Amino acid sequence: MAQKKLSIRIDGQLIAAEEGLTILQAAKANGKYIPTLCALDGLTPVGACRVCLVEVSGVDRLFPACTTPIQDGMSVITNSARLARYRRISVELLLIERNHTCAVCVSNGHCELQSMATSLGVNTVEFSYNYPKLGVDTSHPRYVLDHNRCILCTRCVRVCAELEGAHVWDVTSRGIHSRITSELNERWGQATSCTNCGKCVQACPTGALAEKGWAVEEMVKKLGTVTSLAQKRGAHV
Amino acid sequence: MKKVKVATVWLDGCSGCHMSLLDMDAAIISLGRKIDIVYGPLVDAQEFPEEVDVTLVEGAVSSQDDLNKIRKIRQRTQILVSLGDCAVTGNVPAMRNNIPVNKLLQRVYVDGSEEKKLIPSDRVPALLKHARPLREFVKVDHSLPGCPPPAKAILGLITELLEGRKAEAGQPVKFG
Repeated sequence: MAQKKLSIRIDGQLIAAEEGLTILQAAKANGKYIPTLCALDGLTPVGACRVCLVEVSGVDRLFPACTTPIQDGMSVITNSARLARYRRISVELLLIERNHTCAVCVSNGHCELQSMATSLGVNTVEFSYNYPKLGVDTSHPRYVLDHNRCILCTRCVRVCAELEGAHVWDVTSRGIHSRITSELNERWGQATSCTNCGKCVQACPTGALAEKGWAVEEMVKKLGTVTSLAQKRGAHV
Repeated sequence: MKKVKVATVWLDGCSGCHMSLLDMDAAIISLGRKIDIVYGPLVDAQEFPEEVDVTLVEGAVSSQDDLNKIRKIRQRTQILVSLGDCAVTGNVPAMRNNIPVNKLLQRVYVDGSEEKKLIPSDRVPALLKHARPLREFVKVDHSLPGCPPPAKAILGLITELLEGRKAEAGQPVKFG
């Protein structure tokens, strides 16, 4: 059965898009770029990073494009001075929350957070750095989890649950104390449900999840393998 | 034309940003015709001059001495530039920030030392609780990240400042 088409405007351009799509999906299908960090094609969107914020006419607050479904007659602005500012703030808050220290990161030069900061023109932050004391889980034989570099995008949680079907990862605690955790707070190496597939590592946008054995700048993620698997599975894109 | 007075300062950093500044090849000669380097590790001056047009600061603010210096420098500088990740984000010097200072010194100078197990106190400035970026202590006019910032980016920034253009208009530079 053909999906019902809705009429929306994106940056003034009239677009007919299927009911049920999110603003991000409708924009992508029509060649409009909206920056994203936590979103990954084929995984359920969660709106964690707030980088894809857009303006919707007639509503004062901003909406994450990845989780907001389109509505008939909706008019969306994907780019404005206000959005640029809030997107920069979102990235700055991710940068100050933990200890990213790009210069000594295994993912330096291949990091989505780092490149998003550059492309949004973040060359400094307007907030005080948090410098929390965070652990590194090296118990897995092949991979390492560095909480210092985690932005809680939950791509690992979703890719493991939705693609691999193992659901090793979850988020524990609340607010500033939130952490990615494996199984019921087991160390990753002791997590018996982990299949060692590495999808979480490849999907991770930063150096938080990495393969062991790489030095600074050497960890290049194979994001394409994850997204092509997701698409083959027939998940929504 | 009157030369623009430029100072460079080295706080808690590795001098890599200064190396990058020197790494601009022949451009440094033409730049030298337009600017006077009046203070910094590259020249002899002992006192930070009263009136400086542009100061490039490398390194995080890590000790009481750094803090005193940067406050004085801010008063005497028209345009203050955070040069490189340590000055902009704290970077590697800030990796000590979740270790209490006394434990850190004990680990390095006593537990980590083979001989003369002694925490230095004489003529060594006291460490602050945290190494933090410049911006958290003084007003910063421009930030140029990078570890180090590429020589071209430093040249671009200085050139734009000399020509009175808005410095942020240049190519974006990545952290790290």
